[in-house]
Amino acid sequence: MSGLLAFLSDYTIQNVALGAAILGVISGVLGCFAVLRQQSLLGDTLSHAALPGICLGFIFAGTRELSAILAGALLTGILAALFMLALSRRTRLKTDAALGISLSVFFAIGIVLLTYIQGTGNAAQGGLDTFLFGQAAAILRSDIYVMGTITLIGLGLVLAFWKEFKLVTFDPGFAGSLGMPVTVVETALTLLIALAVVVGLQMVGVVLMAAMVIAPAAAARQWVRSLEAMVILSALMGIIAGVSGALVSALATGLATGPLVVLAASALVLVSIFLAPERGLLWSGLRRWRAERHLRGRQVLATMYELAAAHDNPAYPAEQSMLDAYHGLGTGKVLHRLQGRGLVRRTTHMPQEGIHWELTEDGRHEARRSLAALGKDES
Amino acid sequence: MLMSPSSRRRRQGYAAAARPAAARLHEPRLAAHVEDLTVSYHDKPVLFDIDLNVPPGVMCAIVGPNGAGKSTLIKAILGLVKPTSGHITLHGLPYRQVRARVGYVPQRSTVDWDFPTTVHDVVTMGLYGQIGWFKRPGRREREKASEALKMVGMQDFARRQISQLSGGQQQRVFLARALVQEADVYFLDEPMAGVDATTERAIVKILGALRDAGKTVIVVHHDLQTVRSYFDWLVLLNVRVIAQGPVDDIYTADNLRATYGGQIALLEHGDFTRPAPAPGPGPAPGPGFDAQKEDAGPPQAAEAR
Ligand SMILES: Nc1ncnc2c1ncn2[C@@H]1O[C@H](COP(=O)(O)OP(=O)(O)OP(=O)(O)O)[C@@H](O)[C@H]1O
Ligand SMILES: [Mg+2]
Repeated sequence: MSGLLAFLSDYTIQNVALGAAILGVISGVLGCFAVLRQQSLLGDTLSHAALPGICLGFIFAGTRELSAILAGALLTGILAALFMLALSRRTRLKTDAALGISLSVFFAIGIVLLTYIQGTGNAAQGGLDTFLFGQAAAILRSDIYVMGTITLIGLGLVLAFWKEFKLVTFDPGFAGSLGMPVTVVETALTLLIALAVVVGLQMVGVVLMAAMVIAPAAAARQWVRSLEAMVILSALMGIIAGVSGALVSALATGLATGPLVVLAASALVLVSIFLAPERGLLWSGLRRWRAERHLRGRQVLATMYELAAAHDNPAYPAEQSMLDAYHGLGTGKVLHRLQGRGLVRRTTHMPQEGIHWELTEDGRHEARRSLAALGKDES
Repeated sequence: MLMSPSSRRRRQGYAAAARPAAARLHEPRLAAHVEDLTVSYHDKPVLFDIDLNVPPGVMCAIVGPNGAGKSTLIKAILGLVKPTSGHITLHGLPYRQVRARVGYVPQRSTVDWDFPTTVHDVVTMGLYGQIGWFKRPGRREREKASEALKMVGMQDFARRQISQLSGGQQQRVFLARALVQEADVYFLDEPMAGVDATTERAIVKILGALRDAGKTVIVVHHDLQTVRSYFDWLVLLNVRVIAQGPVDDIYTADNLRATYGGQIALLEHGDFTRPAPAPGPGPAPGPGFDAQKEDAGPPQAAEAR
């Protein structure tokens, strides 16, 4: 117990967990808009485009100074975003193609710059490639304040312009007809996502940051019925992924935090896709199975009803083996379920052996009802 | 669904700035007036030298083959695409100044129906323009949305996810979203595409009621068979305006052939020479959907304009 307390009060661990939580919130919230606008690749483009900025910031400052590096990352991220927007607005390229082109161009420039810096033999460059996969342990309390401020600004904007963000995401054409400045809102959303990416660079790194934008939102989408709920749940999932990734990496020393955070987020996606009500695979499978079971019960009832009608005997005892043969499968279970619902009852039919069933009053009623419904469907 | 003049004055939002100017208009104007409009995407003109005049109070069909530029024409009028050249006014004013009096139903396929939201919420979006910056929809807005849903017969679906709607239901939701706008001019892009006969009849009835209340209803339509029974004004479009005017004057074999070229065999043996089918749900004057009856009346409409 005291070990756990000591662990949780460890300054570095606190920092890392807090930073991961902040990152989870901002990327979770903004990721919703990216995912719903079908720009999942946007996070990828923006984060890869940060690499040249990181290198330029380093060249400019001469050392591995965080403020210069993040400013550079934000700058090239924004440039890449504007490049992408211009490509998709001015040319016939679809958005995903524009995103892909922007991503490759900027990332390639980034790699060129990185190898150039490594070639110069500058001793301080030792830390630069940590931005590829992130280095959470290096995060300072002052970095947390910067991340927190950026996140608060982002959340404030989303809150203030909620209607506009929502409608432009859902139906930009209609938003434009109402006089909403669609281009401004779209650009603002893109820039905010660039900010979120910058927030995550130190923690998760250029390569995996996109997952933090997409995964919480994609997971949250499975569970919700409104954008409000999606944004809140996505932020929560971001926090859960961030904090659990940070704690696991602190417990198992030597495992990198960034990839663990991303793995946690991905696990949330898998769980959501499988378990979520309505959209989840498990529930839809269960629903289908229930429907099938229900249908089989109705078929057996209908058969018994028709047999009774053919024999002019409402309480005609149908032999189970005959029902089996007619339906081509064992009807025993189905009949017992129907008995549980009070729709059929077992009878003996001397002198014949074997199990016999007859419809109860309720059963006849139910059979008539479902036959009538069937007739209506067919006509 | 008509607003009294006083409540119209209360209307604010994105279009607030220029409202008073509208009140100073004293000559009757065309509901929609387009002059020398040319629109091109990437150098290729999709609309060329369009002149268009739609008088107020008509139900107007815009008809033409796929790719004729029908959607683009509406988008240009609504300021959603930038024209290369041309001049557009609605009721004598540029769109920017009459936004609050215009309702719009985009082509249904242009949005992602898997968006996490409910039917009622989508209808409320029609009021976002009136609510304006920073404010949230309140009870008044929610009630209006419910009212509009009732008009299109979708009140039972209010809480349904939009991903669980059929095509015809989606179309009704979009129509309800335009109805809450309480506009004077409505633009609808293929509202009857992919809906069954019942829904089509319901939609036509609502549009007819709007027209009877003095509104102008401009509809991109794709079904030549029903043009004459549904509409009283017709614009034939194929990059250029081929013909426009009262539907009985314009719906001729020559005009249709000029619009569609040889594309449609139906035109050669077409039914357009036969008398128009019985109006049925068409433009026959008279009240439309139940809820429309009480509060829709021409005197008010005249006042509002
Ligand atoms: N965003 C765009 N970029 C480039 N070309 C476009 C764009 N939108 C439309 N076009 C082209 O402009 C032309 C007119 O398109 P528009 O959508 O206005 O036609 P339409 O008459 O509405 O057709 P439909 O009956 O198929 O809806 C088409 O040739 C189309 O390919
Ligand atoms: Mg179209």
